[in-house]
Amino acid sequence: MNPVIASITFRAMLSKRRILLLFLLPALLLMLSIGLRASGHADLDNATMLLTQFGLGALLPLLALLAGTGVIGPEIDDGQIMYIMTKPIARPVISTTKYVVSVVLVVAFGVVPMFVAGVIMTGMTAGLATGFALGALVAGVAYCALFLAIAVLSRFAVTIGLIYALVWENLIARYAPGAKTLSIRQWGISVADMVTNATAVKADVASSTAVPLLIVVTVAGVAYAGWKLRTLSVTGTD
Amino acid sequence: MTSVIHDIGYRHYDGKRLGRAYAVRSLFTHNLRAAYGLGRPVKAKIMPFLLCAIMLMPAAISVAVTAIAAQVGAGRDVQLIRYSAYAVYLQPLIAIFLAAQAPVIASRDLRFHVTPLYFSRPLSRLDYVLAKYGAFTTALFILLATPVTILYIGALVTKQKHIGTHTVHWLAAVAGCLLFALVLAGLGLVVAAFTPRRGFGVTAVMAVYLLSTTAVAAVQGIAENQTQFTVAQWAGMFAPFNLVDGVQVWALRAKQSAPEPPPSGIGGPVFTLLCAALIVGCVAILYLRFRKAGAK
Repeated sequence: MNPVIASITFRAMLSKRRILLLFLLPALLLMLSIGLRASGHADLDNATMLLTQFGLGALLPLLALLAGTGVIGPEIDDGQIMYIMTKPIARPVISTTKYVVSVVLVVAFGVVPMFVAGVIMTGMTAGLATGFALGALVAGVAYCALFLAIAVLSRFAVTIGLIYALVWENLIARYAPGAKTLSIRQWGISVADMVTNATAVKADVASSTAVPLLIVVTVAGVAYAGWKLRTLSVTGTD
Repeated sequence: MTSVIHDIGYRHYDGKRLGRAYAVRSLFTHNLRAAYGLGRPVKAKIMPFLLCAIMLMPAAISVAVTAIAAQVGAGRDVQLIRYSAYAVYLQPLIAIFLAAQAPVIASRDLRFHVTPLYFSRPLSRLDYVLAKYGAFTTALFILLATPVTILYIGALVTKQKHIGTHTVHWLAAVAGCLLFALVLAGLGLVVAAFTPRRGFGVTAVMAVYLLSTTAVAAVQGIAENQTQFTVAQWAGMFAPFNLVDGVQVWALRAKQSAPEPPPSGIGGPVFTLLCAALIVGCVAILYLRFRKAGAK
């Protein structure tokens, strides 16, 4: 961890247009959950539906994509990463610091709002809010690691990340259920299922599979980003 | 004669001036090519062509399966993918293409502050915006209409029954594709024009698509649980693909492909009007955005 790099990254991530999007994403979730509560439809089934479909299915991957690639992608693109890399700081420290920043952002703008939305809709019933907060946390940690690794690897990190989150986890998993085994979203649901005893939450992947895979993806992603950064070549932008 | 002051003896250009129409045409072709990465390095071509190839795959597979089924005599049960449903089924891919390529069209000139160079030509702001919008719409239309047309050719080749109905449905679907392209291109370009930073524009376009679509899906699911079907049907107009599918159902007499049809009665006209308003509004916003773009 390097506090200077962390503060620079935070400042870049919280610039005016980015922060608008960062606030907009969770605001929509909170608005929907308040709407459900106000109209009296906030039972466990509907809350689960909203938190799985909208929270884990859209909000979290988007936030992680924004944070995970945003902490390092633009700097590599415009070559500014050189100014950090030429300092006597180990490259893995740079990538790990940036990773921690992205996780903090995902927790602040994704995990906490998910917990709040859960509480708004169901209170603490059946541990639904806690379950989804924990599921979102582990999924966010893994997503960030994956997207950081892709951001260091390719200039098209955002598009590749989107293809993973949308085509693999959404489209292919719908028609070929086997794809769900390798889906971070399903691992998150699995962890949520472990914590909550609401029957509405149904995991397609056993937690004995999900937890080790989560750890593997996270560690591998962060380690790969650090290793790849050591031999990074900065080429021209478009 | 004011020109005399500046005449320091260089040779004058006395060739043909190609004028405004030529400039618009050039801008259109340039942007259409740029949407597919043509005239740019290989790296810029990978994504659009990869997505294009994946878009074609289900159509090709569908045709192949139908052809094989016709050979072994099971042709009665196997049907081609519905023409008008193709875009709705594959919307994640279309959305990724939109998100990946909209910034290529809308953000680059802003990022590198080169709009004044365009506007020093005989090209009005509106020409510029319309040329870009037209180019991106055409690029999306090519992406959407090609697989649908492959399906239709497949229907002709495998000698499907009721080929007249097939033709009508295919023509309606192509019109639907144009509408999809117009709406999506407008939304994508507007969002990308306000987020010129690299990578960020992609996420922003995606956020607009993904959040509206999943929010609508969640609201529709919940509304159906509570048997409030009209709410579920009206909710469709807040997500781009559901909105255009509603217009397809009402105006083009297609079968519904999104989870909910537009509400009966005034639902169809409202969806269509909203679609039109969206297209005009997007062009207007783009015009306002690019009017002062050279200032900074």
